[in-house]
Amino acid sequence: MRLGVAALPRNSSFRCLPAQDERWEPPPPPRAGAMLGGGARAAKPSFVSYISPEEIHIKEPIEKEVNPHLLPGELLLCEASTVYKYMQEDGSNRGTYGKLVCTNFKISFLDDDSASDDNEPQFKNKIVGENDITLQCVDQIYGVYDEKKKLLTGQLRKYPEKLIIYCKDLRVFNFCLRYTKEEEVKRIVSGIVHHSQTPKLLKRLFLFSYASAAPNNTDGRNQTVMFETLEDWRDELERTKGNVKYKAVTTNEGYRVSEKLPLYFVVPMCISEENILKYDGRGIPIWCWSCHNGAALLKMSAFPKEQDDSTSQTQKAFLDGIYKTISKPPYELLKVDDLSSSLPSLQDIQTAYTRFKQLFLIDNSTDFWATDVKWFSLLESTNWLEIIRRVLKKAIEVAECLEIQHTNVVLIEESATDLCCVISSLVQVMMDSYSRTKSGFQSLIQKEWVIGGHCFLDRCNHLHKSEKEEAPVFLLLLNCVWQLVQQYPPAFEFTETYLTVLSDSLYVPIFSTFFFNSQHQRDTNKSGESLKTQSGPFRFLTVWDWSVQFDPKAQAFLNNPLYAEKPKPDKSQRKTTRFKHQRQLSLPLTQAKPSTKRGFFREETDHLIKNILGKRIGKFINCSDEPPNSLREFYESWHSKPVDYHGLLLPRIDGPEIKVWAQRYLRWIPEAQLHGGGTIATAAKILDLMEEVQSLQVKMDEERSQAVSGDVHSVPMLRNSARLSSLFPFALLQRQSVKPALPTSTWKDLEDEDDLVKRDDEFVDLSGDML
Amino acid sequence: FVFTLILSFHNLLRNTTFLTDKDVIYMCPFNGPVKGRVYITNYRLYLRSVENDPVVILNVPLGVISRIEKMGGASSRGENSYGLDITCKDMRNLRFALKQEGHSRRDIFEVLTKYAFPHLFCILQLFFAFVNEEKFSENGWMVYNPMSEYRRQGLPNERWRVTFINEHYGLCDTYPSLLVVPYNATDDDLKKVAAFRSRNRIPVLSWIHPETQAVIMRCSQPLVGMSGKRNKDDERYLDIIREANGQISKLTIYDARPNVNAVANKATGGGYEGEDAYPNAELFFLDIHNIHVMRESLKKLKDIVYPNVEESHWLSSLESTHWLEHIKLVLTGAIQVADKVSSGRSSVLVHCSDGWDRTAQLTSLAMLMLDSYYRTIEGFEVLVQKEWISFGHKFASRIGHGDKNHADADRSPIFLQFIDCVWQMSKQFPTAFEFNEQFLITILDHLYSCRFGTFLYNSEFLREKEKVAEKTLSLWSLVNSEKSKYTNPFYSKEVNRALYPVASMRHLELWVNYYIRWNPRIRQQPNPVEQRYMELLALRDDYIRRLEELQITNNSKIPNSSASSTSPSQMVSQVQTHF
Repeated sequence: MRLGVAALPRNSSFRCLPAQDERWEPPPPPRAGAMLGGGARAAKPSFVSYISPEEIHIKEPIEKEVNPHLLPGELLLCEASTVYKYMQEDGSNRGTYGKLVCTNFKISFLDDDSASDDNEPQFKNKIVGENDITLQCVDQIYGVYDEKKKLLTGQLRKYPEKLIIYCKDLRVFNFCLRYTKEEEVKRIVSGIVHHSQTPKLLKRLFLFSYASAAPNNTDGRNQTVMFETLEDWRDELERTKGNVKYKAVTTNEGYRVSEKLPLYFVVPMCISEENILKYDGRGIPIWCWSCHNGAALLKMSAFPKEQDDSTSQTQKAFLDGIYKTISKPPYELLKVDDLSSSLPSLQDIQTAYTRFKQLFLIDNSTDFWATDVKWFSLLESTNWLEIIRRVLKKAIEVAECLEIQHTNVVLIEESATDLCCVISSLVQVMMDSYSRTKSGFQSLIQKEWVIGGHCFLDRCNHLHKSEKEEAPVFLLLLNCVWQLVQQYPPAFEFTETYLTVLSDSLYVPIFSTFFFNSQHQRDTNKSGESLKTQSGPFRFLTVWDWSVQFDPKAQAFLNNPLYAEKPKPDKSQRKTTRFKHQRQLSLPLTQAKPSTKRGFFREETDHLIKNILGKRIGKFINCSDEPPNSLREFYESWHSKPVDYHGLLLPRIDGPEIKVWAQRYLRWIPEAQLHGGGTIATAAKILDLMEEVQSLQVKMDEERSQAVSGDVHSVPMLRNSARLSSLFPFALLQRQSVKPALPTSTWKDLEDEDDLVKRDDEFVDLSGDML
Repeated sequence: FVFTLILSFHNLLRNTTFLTDKDVIYMCPFNGPVKGRVYITNYRLYLRSVENDPVVILNVPLGVISRIEKMGGASSRGENSYGLDITCKDMRNLRFALKQEGHSRRDIFEVLTKYAFPHLFCILQLFFAFVNEEKFSENGWMVYNPMSEYRRQGLPNERWRVTFINEHYGLCDTYPSLLVVPYNATDDDLKKVAAFRSRNRIPVLSWIHPETQAVIMRCSQPLVGMSGKRNKDDERYLDIIREANGQISKLTIYDARPNVNAVANKATGGGYEGEDAYPNAELFFLDIHNIHVMRESLKKLKDIVYPNVEESHWLSSLESTHWLEHIKLVLTGAIQVADKVSSGRSSVLVHCSDGWDRTAQLTSLAMLMLDSYYRTIEGFEVLVQKEWISFGHKFASRIGHGDKNHADADRSPIFLQFIDCVWQMSKQFPTAFEFNEQFLITILDHLYSCRFGTFLYNSEFLREKEKVAEKTLSLWSLVNSEKSKYTNPFYSKEVNRALYPVASMRHLELWVNYYIRWNPRIRQQPNPVEQRYMELLALRDDYIRRLEELQITNNSKIPNSSASSTSPSQMVSQVQTHF
């Protein structure tokens, strides 16, 4: 049942306290009888417009019980009825009454009218519905008390009239509890706050209940390389032709070296087991990837700063030894890049993202237009896009070393599991076209992040243990990859929708992928010895099995119809495919260029190993004789040539080229919706045409064989594509009207141009004309 | 060698006269100093580098030149300090260094000045448009016929009539000769109304909604003045307009200006429709700024994109130019006009001060939103001809064709701003327009080039006097002769669909391919999405042809030849694999 209520005039304050926007009243809930439809209308003659919550439940219990859809292992914890879910738009509120429930997996709103859900969305998540919020997806919860918004965190003394839930996937839910029974309000509000906002034990994650209750039918035919076995690493070495100089080692079996390192990893041939064990794997260059010319990308966990002089002396000596060993032929040149000094800190990244996402958590229309006037400076002040730019630039730098200078690059970071993952992944996406296929990208995420030991649990703060550890490092990678995807659409097998749902999957705790800090943590918790288990160890799902979340039709939206697949001589053997870059990267012939006024590589000198490794390493760095603008030449010479979508790909990083990932960040905002527009409009045309081509092909086969073939491939069906919303496939909050969105904000002063503003177009005294 | 070169671009454009050439160093802001030879014809300045690989080429129609300055003197020291500095209207500056000996720049300076600024010499025939003898298969002057355009809209009808009162431009010399006015207003009424409207630009019909019969009217400001004068004829005339669509609702007046400016205009005899005098009208101000503000805004924009793109703080720099904010306000105004006519079912009257700048922007954009005809190539040409060229947008003054006075306060990028708004709409609705980005860029290029007569002069009256249609070619001849070049492959025709862009900064973008097109680092690759679509279209057509062939062969019961069956399936594998 959709109800419309005219709102009181609102002022244009941008989410600040007191929240004037919360002054409206929801319409009284419909009586239960009325919900049954036309026939049951005359249940009670004395209809009153105001019914207290008690009356509703005592006198007219709801006959049609709406029950939440529960997953295996999912338990209903608390619920409340007659909750009004609403959204504010165009000066009015639209909403529905229903039940709000909280389980050990999600918060869910059950529309009283949900039975009439006849227009099934084309793109539906089977696990998380449009009114479901997984507990890990909750970002912040606000209560509204006497028109004032307050952040709800721990124990509550007073219970709010309204509840606003901001989600990590940027949805905003408004619930009005005015007509809900007091006890139910208490239970649901404290339940939601407790289960989504307070510290949790790892074993309390829904992941475990689900894994023990769900029938295990994981798709074994997944093409993603998981990097859990020695074989996987050896195959990867072979694929990249890194096996001449690097070897996969078993030293960490039983996690003898370190619990942070994966069970198997790859190091230079000359590194001895003894060296690996010496400092728990610190100071050891660990292989990420080899370039076609043999130059390798390595990462290294740095030594913590030592107070004790003699300790740091021995560490230095150890590092010297390592560098000497690996600087000898066949390894030769080596460049070391300390990411903790050359890139923003995790704290900076977290601060930037926190500000950035706030810009998209829009309460209502007024908010939207009030922030519109200063939109660009607001965006800039978050610094998020600038961080993306810096990261992309760093990746270009590394790519230049590998590709042009044939130099090995060692990325250094305290743990080598945060910015190292971002840079090494980006470099591979840019340089290795296999990483731009779906399975290649997934394998890359497994290699560098999941097995590589990125602390997803801490960085996403899934357990609400410590906010200090929280940082959207993986999201940063996805944002960077998105820049490449939108700059070079034919180069990727997957779509931006793929990246968006992947980012959403960070908060869906039925997959183990993003819910452990390391392979070791997952392995030790997998055994399930502490729980009474019926069938041995837990068998977790991987997020790469997309069929868990999406049916085949919806999965089609993850595949890029523009992808120009690489012509391969033998498709079946991925391992042996050789990755050659077709682009010739000769340095430009032009003479030294004048330093233009603001080149973005201008300030760039090598930030090298200042703190940790000391000066003695300097001699191993062999790029000092390179001209300082070689990077710029590399960038410009690449961009002056046509793009080979299967070769090296460099992002454009000038100011206007770095954009906001509109699909992820604007998808729930009705004001930002373009009816019949957006990139989906052209994508739909392409899909339609592909469908036509395929059906022609089928017809042709039929003609040729004179037989009837019933097998038609599934292509996403996008009928009436011209009327799709730009928010598709996420347009859940469709604007009902076709009325245009009109800015309500007013013009701001043109402070410095007052004299111009006051002038008329052409100064002519018209009063004389009248005679 | 030189001669063959010149011949090659002589062939490119017939009837250009070679004037002079010279060895120069082009101080390229992107590649550094470039040695080259510059050739000047009566149409363009052309430079070809002699050493660079790839070759650096400059191709600048003389009409694009806004200002020529000498830099350095005969005794200037320093390398490349003596030469010419050329400012262009299309967002670039060119600097050439010459040898200091023997006044080497004198003749090139004089030739450029003479041909780029023919106004100085009062020889308008120096505009290349008047000597251009190109041949095109289409005649662009035939594109717009006011009578057939009004007929297309269903006019005249029982409420609206066509009047010839302005046939010899006697009523208003900046209006077209043919006007559509309410049936119930006599020509005499019109004359009386003209006395009360700035420059006699009376309210006339621009567009009528096929269903609601609500209309978009345009005019100039009423001459209210300080004393608050009233004019019974004007008041009655507006009431006739209000009644003409059979609705009882009020007439909505959109004054494009900010409120304060409208008030300030009273001091010079202008003003706006007061509530007392026009009780049946509702007046809204749309807060769009004047031509001077727009000019300054574009100047600031150029500062941050040429030659180098502002690097640190790109977004706040962009914001501080206010360019997109102005775009947002123009679009917002047009949306309001369109929405009022469409869902508000009320007739609207749009004016600013004179009704030839902001008014033209608003009416033409609202028409583009409401009438899908204007979203075709030909429809858009009609729209520009009608709302801009025939209704007296002062192209000559706003662009400064052939005029040396680069600081003229009359210059303003109003038409550019309109084209930018159209681009924003086409970006938001990539399947709704028959034309592509290249079409819009081409229009802007020839807005300055003076190769065509289309944008010359300030009014239809002057254009007729100078016989522009007889003596010059129309830009639409060029476009319509090679339409495929300007066609958007994604276009899907939709009749009667209102298209409302979202005038939010979240969606408005700087038009990089226009404003930053001279920067090689920003230059866009050909749109890969479009390329892929074209490939698919070709594949489909190929299949249809093969299928027909197959059917013919099958029907004649001849067994399939196995040789021909391999190639099509290979071609498909590319498409197939994604599903």
